[in-house]
Amino acid sequence: MYGNLTVRPEDVENWGKKVDQENPEKLAEFEARIERGEKIEPHDWMPFEYRRQLIRLIEQHAHSEIIGALPEGTWITRAPNFRRKLALMAKVQDEVGHAQLLYSAAETLGKSREQMINDLLSGKSKYSNVFNYPAKTWADTAIIAWLIDAGAIINQTTNAKGSYGPYVRALERICWEESFHLKYGYDSVVYLATGTPKQRALLQDALNRWWRPIMHFFGPPDTASVHTEKLVKWKVKLATNDEMRQQFLDMYVPKIWELGLTIPDPNLRKNPETGKWEYSDPNWEEFWQVINGNGPCNKERLAVRRFAEEKGRWVREALLQPNARYVTPLA
Amino acid sequence: MIEALETLLLSLADDDLCMGHRHAEWIGLGPILEEDIAFASIAQDETGHAQAYYQILTDLGLRTPDEYGFHRAPAEYRCAHLVELPNFEYDYGFALMRHFLYDAAEQVKLQALRNSRYDPLAGLAERLLREEKYHWLHAQTWIHRLGRSTEEAHTRLKNALQMTWPYAWMLFEPLPYEAEMVEAGWTPPMAELRTRWLELIAPILQEVDLFPPAPSEEELSSLAGARSGRRSPYFEDLYREFTEVSASEPGAEW
Repeated sequence: MYGNLTVRPEDVENWGKKVDQENPEKLAEFEARIERGEKIEPHDWMPFEYRRQLIRLIEQHAHSEIIGALPEGTWITRAPNFRRKLALMAKVQDEVGHAQLLYSAAETLGKSREQMINDLLSGKSKYSNVFNYPAKTWADTAIIAWLIDAGAIINQTTNAKGSYGPYVRALERICWEESFHLKYGYDSVVYLATGTPKQRALLQDALNRWWRPIMHFFGPPDTASVHTEKLVKWKVKLATNDEMRQQFLDMYVPKIWELGLTIPDPNLRKNPETGKWEYSDPNWEEFWQVINGNGPCNKERLAVRRFAEEKGRWVREALLQPNARYVTPLA
Repeated sequence: MIEALETLLLSLADDDLCMGHRHAEWIGLGPILEEDIAFASIAQDETGHAQAYYQILTDLGLRTPDEYGFHRAPAEYRCAHLVELPNFEYDYGFALMRHFLYDAAEQVKLQALRNSRYDPLAGLAERLLREEKYHWLHAQTWIHRLGRSTEEAHTRLKNALQMTWPYAWMLFEPLPYEAEMVEAGWTPPMAELRTRWLELIAPILQEVDLFPPAPSEEELSSLAGARSGRRSPYFEDLYREFTEVSASEPGAEW
């Protein structure tokens, strides 16, 4: 599960000179290959900035998968029956598996899994904001599995058209698995929506809580800049945040309404003239606050990861010294 | 006879249900990602196996798997206390040792049950063994690997074994109605299975300098009664957790 890459001010500052310093012939050849639809592979020449942005993108994506396992993971042991329990276990397992695939894809660009995880734990590298919100009830897990995974599919199928071979191949498999998550999530939502009044209320409450994080999921509107253009040209960024948000709203708002649920935004409507969805300002200030560590669960999520790292340290150390204790018998 | 059959199947099913629960707690918190994934797979298998055992009873006109799994009173469960134990602050040494001892027991039980004269159980045992093979391979590989590595790893495994040993021994506590079951050819006696289990694990543990002496009668008697419904002090929280959602709206479908 993941949201879109957002260009930060600091990226823009460091950018121009770096690209200018590249060998112009190699750069032209690289861009021509991408233009022809070829994939860039790990041993191919690539501009420094391409490598840097891809590492950041894939790493954030990988972190989002392992952190994303936490809010739903806490509901596995509470799942209400065998069918849901088995499905939720498989789903959360998939998310961890996606992290494994993505860390491997990022490693092909020269950053080790350990370095990436250290940067996650220190707060240096980010993950999707959406996982800094709590899953308070069972209905939250249904909303996450349906709508957050739906958002992730839109984002990931878009990114799967990108230029970097290892990332694209990982995404193809990930999208295939996510499509099952979506079915599972929708099925869970339908049971709640057609269930008892209490179940319906749980579901509506969960949707109310998750709507804003969902609107934030694809990131704030992109500011048009030459840097964004470069990422688009290099097929690192394949659609604007708003384009993906519009696609999501187009696909899912009618389905949400069809279930008799209310979306907590009185201004949400599709403008018949422009064909675009209009909505209230989803409070981008909150988005930046959460990115900067002040969301409802940022501290808790990182604390859990640090705890897991700390508790597992002896295992990793032991794996690196497989025969430390063992002495070959004399006879 | 039906009480005997129910006791046998519930002891197998409830063990797997709780083991699946405990293993699932590692998803997102393992020492390396590959172990989150491995424990998640094993947890899914065990949970699915519990469901399959319950289904045999359902096919006889008794309760459904969900009723057995999620809607019984605590005293109706027949699991061994080993699987009720928590993961103790995510102690991987403990989780691994329990997994090793438990899956060795599953190997022995299922190998015997594939020859059960109760056909539905024999058929199921045959099917489950195909998945259990990988649990057992996973557990052995890790004991072998960590047991030969650092002093710290060895000490942790040793402590874990000391703690889990009497509990694991009691996986083979004689079952109520056991004489009837043995007479009917459904299962060998538990004591016999325990001997086979010891034969299976001894060489592996000895190789990494870990094989302990038999637990004392005193240790064992303090753990007696699990198969008749005596729950450990850890069961209450475990039960509250796995019934939390299902009990929140009785009769609802999820």
